[in-house]
Amino acid sequence: MLKVLAKSIREYKKPSLLAPVLVSGEVVMECIIPFLIANLVNQIKAGCSMDVILKYGLILVVMAALSLTFGALAGSACATASCGFARNLRKDMFYKIQDYSFENIDKFSVSSLVTRLTTDVTNVQNAYMMLVRTAIRCPLMLIFAFCMAFYMGGRLAFIFLLVIPILVFGLVMVISRAMPLFRKVFKKYDALNNSVQENIKGMRVVKSYVREDYEKKKFSVAAEDVQADFTKAERILAFNAPLMLFCIYTVMVFVMSYGSYTVITSRGLDLDVGQMSAMITYSFQILMSLMMLSMVFVMITMATESAQRIVEVLSEESSLHNPEHPIMEVRDGSIDFDNVSFKYSKTASRMSLSNVNLHIRSGEVIGVIGGTGSSKSTLIQLISRLYDATEGTVKVGGVDVRAYDLEVLRNQVAVVLQKNVLFSGTIKENLRWGNPDATDAEMEEACRLAQADEFIRQFPAGYDTYIEQGGSNVSGGQKQRLCIARALLKKPKILILDDSTSAVDTRTDALIRQAFRQFIPETTKLIIAQRIASVQDADRIIVMDGGAVSAIGTHEELLHSSEIYREVYTSQNKAGDDDVQE
Amino acid sequence: MSRNKKPNQPGTAGVLGRLIRMLFQFYPVMMPVVVVCIIFNAVVSSLPSIFMQNVIAAVEVSWQSGDWAAVSGQITELVLLLAVFYILSLIACFTFNQMMAIITQGSLAKLREKMFNGMQDLPIRYFDTHNHGDVMSYYTNDIDTLRQMVSQSFPQLLLSTVMVLTVFGIMVYYSLWLTLVVMLGVVLMTLVVRKVGGGSAKYFIRQQQALARTEGYIEEMMNGQKVIKVFCHEEASKEGFDAINDALFSDAEKANRYANMLMPILMNIGNVLYVVVALVSGVLLISGAPNVSISGMAFSISIAVPFLNMTKQFASNIGQVSNQLNAVIMGLAGTRRIFALIDEQAEEDEGYVTLVNVKETADGSLEECEQVTNMWAWKQPGENGGFTYTRLTGDVRLKDVDFGYVPEKTVLHDVSLYAKPGQKVAFVGSTGAGKTTITNLINRFYDIQSGTILYDGIDIRNIRKADLRRSLGVVLQDTNLFTGTVMDNIRYGRLDACDEECIAAAQLAGAHDFITRLPQGYDTPLSGNGASLSQGQRQLLAIARAAVADPPVMILDEATSSIDTRTEAIVQRGMDALMTGRTVFVIAHRLSTVKNSDAIMVLDHGRIIERGSHDELLALKGTYYQLYTGALELD
Repeated sequence: MLKVLAKSIREYKKPSLLAPVLVSGEVVMECIIPFLIANLVNQIKAGCSMDVILKYGLILVVMAALSLTFGALAGSACATASCGFARNLRKDMFYKIQDYSFENIDKFSVSSLVTRLTTDVTNVQNAYMMLVRTAIRCPLMLIFAFCMAFYMGGRLAFIFLLVIPILVFGLVMVISRAMPLFRKVFKKYDALNNSVQENIKGMRVVKSYVREDYEKKKFSVAAEDVQADFTKAERILAFNAPLMLFCIYTVMVFVMSYGSYTVITSRGLDLDVGQMSAMITYSFQILMSLMMLSMVFVMITMATESAQRIVEVLSEESSLHNPEHPIMEVRDGSIDFDNVSFKYSKTASRMSLSNVNLHIRSGEVIGVIGGTGSSKSTLIQLISRLYDATEGTVKVGGVDVRAYDLEVLRNQVAVVLQKNVLFSGTIKENLRWGNPDATDAEMEEACRLAQADEFIRQFPAGYDTYIEQGGSNVSGGQKQRLCIARALLKKPKILILDDSTSAVDTRTDALIRQAFRQFIPETTKLIIAQRIASVQDADRIIVMDGGAVSAIGTHEELLHSSEIYREVYTSQNKAGDDDVQE
Repeated sequence: MSRNKKPNQPGTAGVLGRLIRMLFQFYPVMMPVVVVCIIFNAVVSSLPSIFMQNVIAAVEVSWQSGDWAAVSGQITELVLLLAVFYILSLIACFTFNQMMAIITQGSLAKLREKMFNGMQDLPIRYFDTHNHGDVMSYYTNDIDTLRQMVSQSFPQLLLSTVMVLTVFGIMVYYSLWLTLVVMLGVVLMTLVVRKVGGGSAKYFIRQQQALARTEGYIEEMMNGQKVIKVFCHEEASKEGFDAINDALFSDAEKANRYANMLMPILMNIGNVLYVVVALVSGVLLISGAPNVSISGMAFSISIAVPFLNMTKQFASNIGQVSNQLNAVIMGLAGTRRIFALIDEQAEEDEGYVTLVNVKETADGSLEECEQVTNMWAWKQPGENGGFTYTRLTGDVRLKDVDFGYVPEKTVLHDVSLYAKPGQKVAFVGSTGAGKTTITNLINRFYDIQSGTILYDGIDIRNIRKADLRRSLGVVLQDTNLFTGTVMDNIRYGRLDACDEECIAAAQLAGAHDFITRLPQGYDTPLSGNGASLSQGQRQLLAIARAAVADPPVMILDEATSSIDTRTEAIVQRGMDALMTGRTVFVIAHRLSTVKNSDAIMVLDHGRIIERGSHDELLALKGTYYQLYTGALELD
């Protein structure tokens, strides 16, 4: 796991290494300063001259200045290192996701990816910052303060041998008990927030069914559960402060009693007053360092969960690969399915597509019809290699799709997806997704074919109209037509519309198909639709049922041969009003 | 964090005051105990200086003679006294830490519940006008910043303030000159905190905003990830991300740099101060200048040594306070937003007519009863304290209704229509014609501006909202399923429905088939709004949910838009059977869905332009005819 994460440090290795070095400088200063001050105190006590005091003062101020410089630079380097690491992590994850195949994308939900890229990275960033700052600082401080304490306090310092094991034992107890609780409660907390999100999104349903009180009760139960666990964990963690205080107090009492005893009985030889006060300073430093170490430990443990989730994204291997010697040209728009079977996951027991054989000539218009869940979308997703067939081969232009360069293939096989989205940006910017170099004339041409030109012109800003995120400021039918235009700009050899005109009225739908026939006759067109009217003038119609091709033929043929087709047709053309059909 | 700044919002002090008052309300006993413990603890922590001074003074007297016995009594007494204080302090520290753990989590839970409960009572308008992600962040980001502030910053601030004050008192007690020196240092520190700390706070807020932008971009791209793949647009999407990510890095780096630098700077000002105090004490000691102090003690080494320690304490406490600065600034911003949600105006309901189950008595009058009778009535309080019962038949009439979501823009003009009991009334029209708006008005998600809506002759404004909505089953185009099993989701329609009733409803809705094919059938867990189901399957479940509720009136708003026409025909047969004799409103894009309705209303720009049955409208050869023959665009 660490190996994967460490790869993202890259250009921030320097500040990551520099920070601990600077911190060491700071620590050295911080430890020497009390030592010098102890000496100074003794000098003053011994009634030294003003010169000596000034000399000490000067040295001390210089050291404080050095300590400040080291500290400030370390803080800065550490900010750069941790924020930079976080930036690279986000970047690496985002890039990785861009290279995911559809199968990989299906594995992660959008909200979980967003959390991984934001909250989880922030957690790791904070832990990394702690690590860089304190990984050197605390142990160094410990050792240094220890040495100084022994050097100055002599026998007095043995008190630490008593206190530190108590502190360490206490901290370990606290952490080992609190951590599993925290881990558990964070999961519950996530679930709680998930249910809030569902509630907000489903507020119309909640209110329609008058389930406000039910929701309140449900939330209350979950919230109290979270509260109980959180409180338990935090109460365990709350032992830290008194424990720490106990250790400090013990040392203080010891130093004051036994220390005074030593000073007096040895007549200031074993220990003097100045050393006594320095002892107290060092004991603070030692105990604080231990406390810090335990905090770092807690933070890092808490961040491991986040780190784990990040690594999951980074180490997910794309399930689709470009062939080594890819074919860079698609000859024509013919499509062949040879004994193709497909399932979405290796563990699935049922095939989503079984044993499909299809041969589509270049330039043909093919309609695809079938009930909800009959795998129509699955069928067409194999053509542009959004997924790879589990068995059998899919060929485009007579060549196995797996032999093509992915980009070449997908540019020649344009798919207008069922769940389509527009992105925030102008209409032009959205259209240029199809072809970054498209001229205005080309864009208008594509929009005319998709019957979008007319309504775009009615917008005050025309083609520069800004589309809100998710295309929320255009109607469903307009969105679908913009998506079709976007795909047309690719000038593909194969065009696939996956239920892409469902929100478009029948007349416009017909106009789009007519435009296709007239202006891009050589393009192979696959049209998935619910409406019979959308496919009945196709060259051939494929009827899908339960993951298999149930029938294939022209409208007239299917009316006679396919029961399913006939039923769909009747359901849409009931009650003898054929006279008004187009 | 600068979202939705409203005019005349309360000042920071107001928010802080309200939060603290709230904490005291939640925990009227514990909070005062905590405050007392913290103050006690702070005072006790400052005491060692005094004891040290006394002990050292005692040591001073006799260290040269080496006579331990002479001072042992005095020192032992002092140390024992100190130990007693320490034990008390430990108890106080333990008590307030434990209590704070309880108070923090308890208050957060109470606030969370307050927010959630308040939110349930908010009008739909609130959810229509607020970004869901923003509302969500009240529960996550804002509550998290609050936790940090309540559990850590508040106790620390109180502790440090009391300690600074106590130490200050002790300092003045010993020596005014040295105190003045320390004060100079404090002024310097305050300036640094203001400069550096202010910079860090500014960038932390910017970082928060940059983070929100990054989140927005990631969410948009992840939602469109498949489209990105289809268009081979990965490189452009990476470029866009880099720009936003770099901006976030730059703000985060600055924010953290300032924050990280603050501590070393303050600490070393503390060190220098330490040196200066040592120097000045040296000067005082050597020169033997007269001491000015409350105690009136002459200046000696036994004052200088503890004073040095106090200087350190003083500086470190100021450091502690400044360390909490960012947490407090962000915490208060979060608190302000949380209060804004809690203060949001709840949905008003002045209705008094309720819905009850009734049975018909022998003489044909209605009698209220507890059990489910499949017969409902509106219960109205009568003049003389009694009640009158009006049978619920599902007769809905709109008279001259005008409505706009905002007062300036009317979206429904002068709409009048009636749905007789048992009728199926359909609305047809392009997007924005006002179809969904009419259903929003019938169940009072929004209130009409003028005109009346009568339900069985009763003005719906007089009907209690809960009862009104209970009498209406609504199935929307965008289905929302909840985490839980398939069965749980169907049962959401009627919580006391048994398994058999839920399954029967699923069969009626045509959902039974696909449910039984799911890996665990009705016990299949759903999450992420039923992410594992297709849109059509989700709609079938939503219809089953409405069917199990068995409402007298049903509103189907594009409820079958993603279901193939063959399945839709099955669903329709089931629904027709269920709704025999009851009123149904249907909104649909697909004309085949509405064809067999009793009355079809064609809406255009908020007006009903045609009405009649399918055959009548075709004969009219108007808009509907054109729509039906495909001569007109429906969009």
